Amino acid sequence: MAVTPEEIYRTAYLARLKIEEDKIPEYAQNLNNLLKLAASMNDVDTHNIDPMSHPLEGQVQRFRLDNVSESNQRELFLENAPLTEGGLFLVPAVIE
Amino acid sequence: MYIKSLTELSADLHSKKISSTELTQYYLDRIQEHDKHLNSFITITPEKALDSAKKADDAIHKNQHGPLTGIPIAQKDIFCTKGTKTSCASKMLDNFIAPYDAKVVQQCNNAGMVMLGKTNMDEFAMGASNETSYYGSVKNPWDLTCVPGGSSGGSAAAVAARITPCATGTDTGGSIRQPAAMCGITGIKPTYGRISRYGMIAFASSLDSGGPMAGSAEDCALLMNAMAGFDEKDSTSVNVPVPDYTKNLNQDLKGLKIGLPKEYFSEGLDKNIQTLLQDAIDFYQKSGATIHDISLPNSTLSIPVYYIVAPAECSSNLSRFDGVRYGYRCENPKNLQDLYERTRAEGFGAEVKRRILTGTYVLSAGYYDAYYLKAQRTRHLIQADFIKAFETVDIILGPTAPSTAFKLGAKTNDPVSMYLADIYTCAINLAGLPAISLPVGFVSGLPVGMQLIGNYFSEDKLLNTAHKFQQQTDWHLKMPEGFK
Repeated sequence: MAVTPEEIYRTAYLARLKIEEDKIPEYAQNLNNLLKLAASMNDVDTHNIDPMSHPLEGQVQRFRLDNVSESNQRELFLENAPLTEGGLFLVPAVIE
Repeated sequence: MYIKSLTELSADLHSKKISSTELTQYYLDRIQEHDKHLNSFITITPEKALDSAKKADDAIHKNQHGPLTGIPIAQKDIFCTKGTKTSCASKMLDNFIAPYDAKVVQQCNNAGMVMLGKTNMDEFAMGASNETSYYGSVKNPWDLTCVPGGSSGGSAAAVAARITPCATGTDTGGSIRQPAAMCGITGIKPTYGRISRYGMIAFASSLDSGGPMAGSAEDCALLMNAMAGFDEKDSTSVNVPVPDYTKNLNQDLKGLKIGLPKEYFSEGLDKNIQTLLQDAIDFYQKSGATIHDISLPNSTLSIPVYYIVAPAECSSNLSRFDGVRYGYRCENPKNLQDLYERTRAEGFGAEVKRRILTGTYVLSAGYYDAYYLKAQRTRHLIQADFIKAFETVDIILGPTAPSTAFKLGAKTNDPVSMYLADIYTCAINLAGLPAISLPVGFVSGLPVGMQLIGNYFSEDKLLNTAHKFQQQTDWHLKMPEGFK
């Protein structure tokens, strides 16, 4: 089952990644190579095996109390933003 | 000076034979002289280094020092360092000044260590040769036409050339151990959760582990003492007591059970590498260890499983790079969609884009069960092999990498062949186990690494087993010509 150019397009759209038209065959071939490699997984029966969610048996995601632990560092964090205005991140208009 | 161990440097510093300022300047000078041939640093921080060195000297003067106070270290550029560029070797973060320190960086600073700078790496740690860096390839100090391995290639090359006495690395599928092997140094990937991932830029969160890279197991033990421990800011950090890793280094190896997985010693393994491993096996046998043939029958599945799970997690983790809050942003976006798509297309390099596409594909509707879920189930089988093996042996011994360092450019056109460089290492990340790589000799002038794999939280045993070998051999003391 080979990956088609349409699927590469769709996947790139889902990943919000613009890809050049002429690069599509290369991406498709690479993904096909990888999926060919992955096909060897089908040789093993995993019917009654749970998917692994944490490498350490019995470890569960810890939760913390919903207390404020950090101070507000708005100015510091905005320093790394490409475009800001009035203390806010600026993006192209979404609603006309 | 450059060949001294951290323990020796520590003794010199604390007996005031040398000051941290002098030692720091000495390494900064070595970086200045040698790194133009290696490209192992992305950022050098001389002013901050000399400032920290002065603080360390004050602490030593007041007798308020620990074993690592005043010792220089290089941080892999994947660890956030407050006020210093943290690029992850990507154009995406070329302008990113981290607003906080990673836990590992805090721990090194708290131990009084002096950061010399940030080391080069594969972009977002995705690569096995350090050739995917936005800042150019790193060269192997043993042969400047060869790769240093990756992704922690800058850290490995810098330590091998002794332009820093030690460094940090991260290991998602072999990224500490494989470059350590190719550059002839020692590096340990600890148990998953043993070292905090807080402030370590995420690649594949269920696999990522930070760890030390240095000249010897003894040096790694000292560094593990500073870095290991529970951190409430990392939700997968494990609350298990941290031993003093330097305490058990000299334990007798009598009765140690070492397993040799037949899958790691099959025809695929280079004969010269096999011979050097056999020398090490003979050493352990003479030291009183017993050798056992074992099998890890599902190990051939580790590459396919790894290259489904890691890209899946990467595609999710790297979705944060959107050109809005930090990092690169494309020029004149037409709309929000265009902003996202072009920012990511222009900000990420080719390998990162390949992995994001792979990951998005295997997680997308219709394929999730066949690939991602199947891989996560198969991962349990790979882990079960190790659990079974550790019922009969204490340590598993094998090669770290299938070959010595390869030529720059040799594998860049065939991503899947590059992925096979992780063949002996990535299963350990899938299972969450600790493993160490240490040098065991040379083939045609290039270093060869041996990998010792231990049970969960047996880092002390791994360091002990490696240290005993290094006390009787001098492979870890060899220096590449041109850097002496």
